[in-house]
Amino acid sequence: METVTKTPAKGNFAEKIKYKLIAENISARYDGIVAVKDVSMKFHDRAVTALIGPSGCGKTTFLRCLNRMHELTKNATLTGKVLLDGEDLYSNKVDPIINRRKIGMVFQKPNPFPTMSIYDNVACGLKLNGVRDRKILDEVVEGCLKMASLWDEVKGDLKKPGMSLSGGQQQRLCIARALAIQPEVLLMDEPASALDPIATQKIEEMIQELKKEYTIIIVTHNMQQATRVSDYTGFMYLGNLVEFGETKQIFENPRNETTAKYVQGQFG
Amino acid sequence: MITPEQRAEFRTHFRYNVGRRLVLDKIIKSAVFLCVVVAIVPLAAILVNVFTNGSSALSWEFLTQIPGAVGSDDPGGIGPAIQGTVVLIGLSSLIGVPVGVMGGIFLSEYGNNRYGRTVRFFNDVLAEFPTIVIGVFTFVLVVLTVGNFSVWAGSFALSIVMLPIIMRTTEESLKLVPVTYREAGYALGIRRYQVIFTIVLSSAKNGLVTGILLSVARIAGETAPLVFTILGSSQFINGLDGPIDALPLRIWRLSSLPYDSAVTQGWGAAFVLIILVLSINICVRYMLLQKKEKTFLRFKRLGVES
Amino acid sequence: MVELFISCLTTKCAMMTIKMKKGSPHVDKIFKYVSVGAATYVIAIIALIVFHLGSGSAPVWQQEGISFLTGSDWNSVDGRESYGAAPYIMGTLVNAGIAMVIAVPLSFGIAMFLSELSPRLLRTPLAMIIELLAAVPSVVYGLWGLIVFRSYIKDWIEVPLHNVFGDNSIIFAGTPFGLDILTASIVLAIMIIPTIASISKEIMLAVPNSQREAAYMLGATKWEAFRLAVLPYSKSGLIGACILGLGRAVGETMAVTMLIGNATGAAAFPSSLFQPGQTMASIMANEFAEASQGGLHLAALVGIGLILFILAFVINVVAHLLVARVVKSHEGAVLA
Repeated sequence: METVTKTPAKGNFAEKIKYKLIAENISARYDGIVAVKDVSMKFHDRAVTALIGPSGCGKTTFLRCLNRMHELTKNATLTGKVLLDGEDLYSNKVDPIINRRKIGMVFQKPNPFPTMSIYDNVACGLKLNGVRDRKILDEVVEGCLKMASLWDEVKGDLKKPGMSLSGGQQQRLCIARALAIQPEVLLMDEPASALDPIATQKIEEMIQELKKEYTIIIVTHNMQQATRVSDYTGFMYLGNLVEFGETKQIFENPRNETTAKYVQGQFG
Repeated sequence: MITPEQRAEFRTHFRYNVGRRLVLDKIIKSAVFLCVVVAIVPLAAILVNVFTNGSSALSWEFLTQIPGAVGSDDPGGIGPAIQGTVVLIGLSSLIGVPVGVMGGIFLSEYGNNRYGRTVRFFNDVLAEFPTIVIGVFTFVLVVLTVGNFSVWAGSFALSIVMLPIIMRTTEESLKLVPVTYREAGYALGIRRYQVIFTIVLSSAKNGLVTGILLSVARIAGETAPLVFTILGSSQFINGLDGPIDALPLRIWRLSSLPYDSAVTQGWGAAFVLIILVLSINICVRYMLLQKKEKTFLRFKRLGVES
Repeated sequence: MVELFISCLTTKCAMMTIKMKKGSPHVDKIFKYVSVGAATYVIAIIALIVFHLGSGSAPVWQQEGISFLTGSDWNSVDGRESYGAAPYIMGTLVNAGIAMVIAVPLSFGIAMFLSELSPRLLRTPLAMIIELLAAVPSVVYGLWGLIVFRSYIKDWIEVPLHNVFGDNSIIFAGTPFGLDILTASIVLAIMIIPTIASISKEIMLAVPNSQREAAYMLGATKWEAFRLAVLPYSKSGLIGACILGLGRAVGETMAVTMLIGNATGAAAFPSSLFQPGQTMASIMANEFAEASQGGLHLAALVGIGLILFILAFVINVVAHLLVARVVKSHEGAVLA
């Protein structure tokens, strides 16, 4: 029976300032499979938290629980709470679409809308939410493309179709699109796994910049990426959270035997 | 870099339109559901009408006797029409099935070249041909040449309608047989035609049979090719080179008569025809559902019923 | 008894193996040529059809020339024979057009329901029911329309519209009595809905889920996700589905013949929805009996058959080009 090891808990007031997003007792299943078993995590503000673990350990399912995307899966059920700035995203009174826009998400394979231009791809989230003012749209599009390190490469022609970009550029476009709805938290599901090393490096540098103002949670199967990019790491195995702590500690001095085996590459 | 304060400021520009968006979502969901209802209602109505109006006409005499004089007390039956439909289906299958299956074999086994693409294109053209034009063509080619309406003409016309369907479905079914089956045959030293006949065809048997059944259901209900070719008749078959009746044709003729008895007979004939067509369709689709979902979807994409 | 059976079976297997080993290369060649012949039969039939449509209608082209396409005479009296197909061409287009206006939104709604909204369990039975609509023979649609449906259309749609707009408008003029362009178009619409709906459903299902997820991530409702992610992606395929439906509508004969009212000559030009009309398919069915004697009347009907064939051919080629492009540009397998 594995014990869960975490960094020591802080007081409630300090928690509120320090932790942007708190997941409490998340259990999720779909299609009869129990994917996530009673996982609780606290995500620090303005920091990058990585979720690592072997395939099928539930890290992607857990990530999708954070912005209520899990309920879109076939036969999905979920229990637990997700608190963003103290507010429960799963409270019954609120329709999921309101809470989804508070958290942005980037997927494994870049998926820009193929019939839209670069500008429209970034702006579509804003237009959904009723923003019509052209000046605001221009300002946000430019700001988000800059944050995604894409502005310099595309500023010449924003009307080009989104699919005309390279894979790495498309992924950065998707990041800009997620940032455009002004989320507080950015979720990234193996964002660089489909990209070449140079594009991966660009994304990792961008994450380091973004974390100055955003809370980022990144799922990765690449342990080196976790060490390069994240401040905190959570190791999940078979649906359980096995260990959670500062990245340095998890990789250099894991307290749990399974964690040690995984980070040393003995399985996975 | 956009700070949290800037983010909060941008968010003030979001209009509180969530309420409106959710209402619109609900309206569209209801409208879309309504579309489904609107489509199902006619089907239900037709089936209900055919069954209720038609069942009153049904009897053994109705199914076996010849039609009586128009407007008389004894309206007779639709015996010749039923016989005609069965004979027409049988004869047109004699032409349509072998040619269609061999053509499908060509497309799937020998057809990965320009000629195959050409044949496939023309097959699609033939599949979407207005059937009345096929009827006119058969009139000019067969009826005028020979000099009279005949069963042969009707069968020929119907075989043209069924041929492209069988060719497509055969090709698709054969394509589903894994290449490894064929390779295993060749590796045993068996000739190509034997591989196709004994291995490939027997694996694709179900797909082939369902394709043939679907095309039979289709031609059973076709009227337009028969208008120009079989003339219709009130007698049972008198030789294959003479006129004949058929269920769809008889329904059409009966529907235009001003007598209630004729209309009831029309419903009765429609009852028989619908039972025939729908039972083939439901059987086939049920079989397909049980077997490969893939085959079913492929057939749907080919628009077999249209 | 059992031994006899087993020995027969063994012998049969042995004979089969021997037979198979003795497969002849000549038979192989013959088999291939037979299959090529069967495939060529298709092309030969189409060539024959085109040839006979042309030769059978030659007399009327010789007599009327281009006015066969533009004129509206329809006189079969000996000595004063004159034929023009223009009203029926217009009739076909108007009939199919109105049917499309009704069928396309309904079909898209059905496709959207089946692909996005319906519970998984309901999807297959519902799709099967929609396809059963296509299995009903055209003549049965005609019979039902003639005896049952048209009185509903007359009482609930035509008479009220006529009372409100009446003879002030062109399209609602004339006392409605049910056998007219509108009834034929409505029933035709019902007949082409399964075609358009099932192909559209396949096209929508082929849109990858990652597209929908991107929309949901932005906080979209189900409809907004459909509008943003599914519709633009499947646009050309959906248009192809519509055009295929149009191709079917143009060629549909029996139901239209029984419901459209059988007008001829200049009176057949579509004007009011409540007046009888005529399409190319329906005039061929209606006038066949008179024309089967031969002569110019027959040539005129064959000529109309030729025009109808060309129209249907062009429509279907366009549809296939559009859908082939969808197959090439996206991975979703739509039409073979």
